[in-house]
Amino acid sequence: MPLSVQETEVKNPPVSRPPLDPHLKALENEAIHIFREVAAEFEKPVMLYSIGKDSSVLLHLARKAFYPGRVPFPLLHVDTTWKFREMIEFRDQIAEKYDLDLVVHTNPRGAEEGITPFSHGSALYTDIMKTEALRQALDAGGYDAAFGGARRDEEASRAKERIYSFRTPDHKWDPRNQRPELWNIYNGMVRKGESVRAFPLSNWTEVDIWRYIQAEDIPLVPLYYAAERPYVERDGMMILAEDPRLELLPGETVQQGMIRFRTLGCFPLTGAIRSTASNLEEVIAELEIATVSERQGRAIDRDQSGSMEKKKREGYF
Amino acid sequence: MTATATSPSATILPFAEPLKAVRDTRPLRLITCGSVDDGKSTLIGRLLWDTKAVKEDQAATLARDSGSQNDLGLPDFALLLDGLQAEREQGITIDVAYRYFSTDRRSFIVADTPGHEQYTRNMATGASTADLAILLADARAGLLEQTRRHATIAALMGIRQFVLAVNKIDLVHYDKAIFDRISHDFREFALSLGVRQITAIPMSALKGENVVYPAETSMPWYDGPTLVEALELATVRSTQAGGFRLPVQRVVRPGESFRGYQGTVAGGSVKPGDSVVILPSGTVANVSRIVTFDLVRNAAVAGDAITLVLDRQVDVARGDVIVSLDGQPMTGHHFDAQLVSLQPGGIEPGKRYWLKSGSRRQRVAVEPISQLELATGKWQPHASTLAMNAIGKVRLSFEELAVFDAYDQNRSTGAFILIDPDTLNTVAGGMITAKRGEVGGIHRDQGGEGQRVVLSLPADLAEQLMASELFANRRDETEVKRMTAKQAAELFSNAGGDI
Ligand SMILES: Nc1nc2c(ncn2[C@@H]2O[C@H](COP(=O)(O)OP(=O)(O)O)[C@@H](O)[C@H]2O)c(=O)[nH]1
Ligand SMILES: [Mg+2]
Repeated sequence: MPLSVQETEVKNPPVSRPPLDPHLKALENEAIHIFREVAAEFEKPVMLYSIGKDSSVLLHLARKAFYPGRVPFPLLHVDTTWKFREMIEFRDQIAEKYDLDLVVHTNPRGAEEGITPFSHGSALYTDIMKTEALRQALDAGGYDAAFGGARRDEEASRAKERIYSFRTPDHKWDPRNQRPELWNIYNGMVRKGESVRAFPLSNWTEVDIWRYIQAEDIPLVPLYYAAERPYVERDGMMILAEDPRLELLPGETVQQGMIRFRTLGCFPLTGAIRSTASNLEEVIAELEIATVSERQGRAIDRDQSGSMEKKKREGYF
Repeated sequence: MTATATSPSATILPFAEPLKAVRDTRPLRLITCGSVDDGKSTLIGRLLWDTKAVKEDQAATLARDSGSQNDLGLPDFALLLDGLQAEREQGITIDVAYRYFSTDRRSFIVADTPGHEQYTRNMATGASTADLAILLADARAGLLEQTRRHATIAALMGIRQFVLAVNKIDLVHYDKAIFDRISHDFREFALSLGVRQITAIPMSALKGENVVYPAETSMPWYDGPTLVEALELATVRSTQAGGFRLPVQRVVRPGESFRGYQGTVAGGSVKPGDSVVILPSGTVANVSRIVTFDLVRNAAVAGDAITLVLDRQVDVARGDVIVSLDGQPMTGHHFDAQLVSLQPGGIEPGKRYWLKSGSRRQRVAVEPISQLELATGKWQPHASTLAMNAIGKVRLSFEELAVFDAYDQNRSTGAFILIDPDTLNTVAGGMITAKRGEVGGIHRDQGGEGQRVVLSLPADLAEQLMASELFANRRDETEVKRMTAKQAAELFSNAGGDI
């Protein structure tokens, strides 16, 4: 079996916990099955690691799937250089703690051409610094399978996607011609250059993710919990004001308030919500009565209906 | 930009609904099927809407995208499902969408499947994992060809619970006689497919009548369950009958001392000390430990993703199946199967395909025998290419020993896909019906001189017998044919007997 990483004994042995409820157990079993299947069938898998809550759950499941062996593939983080500071700190701590192989890639065009979310607008910026960067990193690594933490309940075009999502050599997704996917039998046959994106969390909802984080005590970036933080209001979003690169526009002031984030991405494009939920129990309680979806805080998803499908066709994961 | 997004600081507001109780069951998987425009997507959209699975910003997007497509001033709920650009443009469903909702009682995974005949393969994808099928009929049109076709595929793929939604009842003045007629027709048809758990509900998906909320005022004559009540009462496919099955996905060797076999239990259960056989080699060993990340477990059941450690050094590789000593699956080079052809090229006689089942991939030659004529429900002899969307009976011939259970015994170890070696695409989904001997099949044993008994039983009794361990153990010595009571009567009057 070709493995890209030497298999050695796992570093942090697990602790015993009370059994999961049957619903989460079923989701966990399915995800572990997918991880093992991809690791066995593909020559060079990689896991896309975005540092957010879904990635944190994904990583936890990967560690479970291969225990007592080590996670047999590297983690890839596409760093736009505009992530929240706390995300990067968290990423490096986790890689160290769990003895992971972390690959970080930044599209050099960002620095060369001065592409920032402020100068180029969210759509073009995302296209270059996320989608193009991802394609570059996948090509450079020669990966034939990439795990992602996407869930079908996130967005309408995701709801259509297979668990093994087939991509052409230039990473395109053809939603009208997806391979049929019956039972839990996955077709992992690809030609050289072709690849799949594999989504072990396909059938999880946002509430499932949080309940699982709670049940399994999974560490998260602190930005998910409410705290007194500085922010500015811009385009109907509250943007965290801690990075010196954020320049105030006329009329804007830095305010202080109890805020937190439901999703994490690039700080200039990610809106906070007002919240007093400063721990996991409170976040879950808040979520169970939430009336807006999690992607609501993301500038890049709001451009138009169908914008996610368009990005995915171009190779966004 | 959506309505809610324009207001600064999207505060999470408390909602009037009480908190959902913690779920304590496995999610029920269901599909909707039926003909184009019967209201499948609308129904699921309505289910999501009325169970509060649609959030405010999604609702605002929906309101914006809906325009005015009905006179009732209601949003076009189907847009919640038809997420692809092409689907929105054409107003149809092309591929399966999976959606999630829950009630206080349980959670649901629902696959919205396309109604067009050309997308039947996507319907089969949704059906393969479902526990229950909702079949829709437009109250104005009654049972259509396509509804029968979908019901047939659903039954073939092992779905044993049907809900008939007689939809758009608002357009026929809530007429009880129409509902009774369509449900009577459907019941008869479903019974002929071997499905006996049928709930018929008169419904308006668009107006939300008998979906989540009952409709006593418009349909005082109906006192059955709403759709959601029916779904809450449905059963999740019970753990697979028969012996222990572990298709080995990978071998884990983190150090010199540890060697474990990783996979998902596909049937039965296992505990330390059990004797097991590794197939196809036939080597015997005992289970020494069941390892998971959380703790060393003292048992594992169907569905669990585990790592198994055996008490001795044996040769086990990916693709092997570890099974209980008692109640082994069938092994052989020739099997009978039913399959759904999924791609434009069809399934060609004699062509060598890749077959994947569990974690095993092997070469197979496929020989079509008959094809199901969906209009009549009859199997017609058919030895040439099985065209796209055709359902056929075939004979599989393997170069290397194959290991299977019958699909009606085990939905994991009895299922397979075929992969075209030229395109590498998935070209068929199939279900094993029986093992086949080289000549004369099972009746060849004992030179045709041994004694056999042909029983004619009610389908439910037969199903219970076949689910027993004893039957499962000797499944490959038996032959089962489903037919109507009338056909059975004819068979018996023509047969000799009484040795
Ligand atoms: N009056 C009425 N119209 C309905 C009902 N259910 C669906 N429709 C309409 O029927 C059309 C087709 O519905 P759609 O959900 O796209 O059908 P599908 O092709 O089965 O998914 C749409 O215009 C719906 O608004 C119903 O219960 N009553
Ligand atoms: Mg539809």
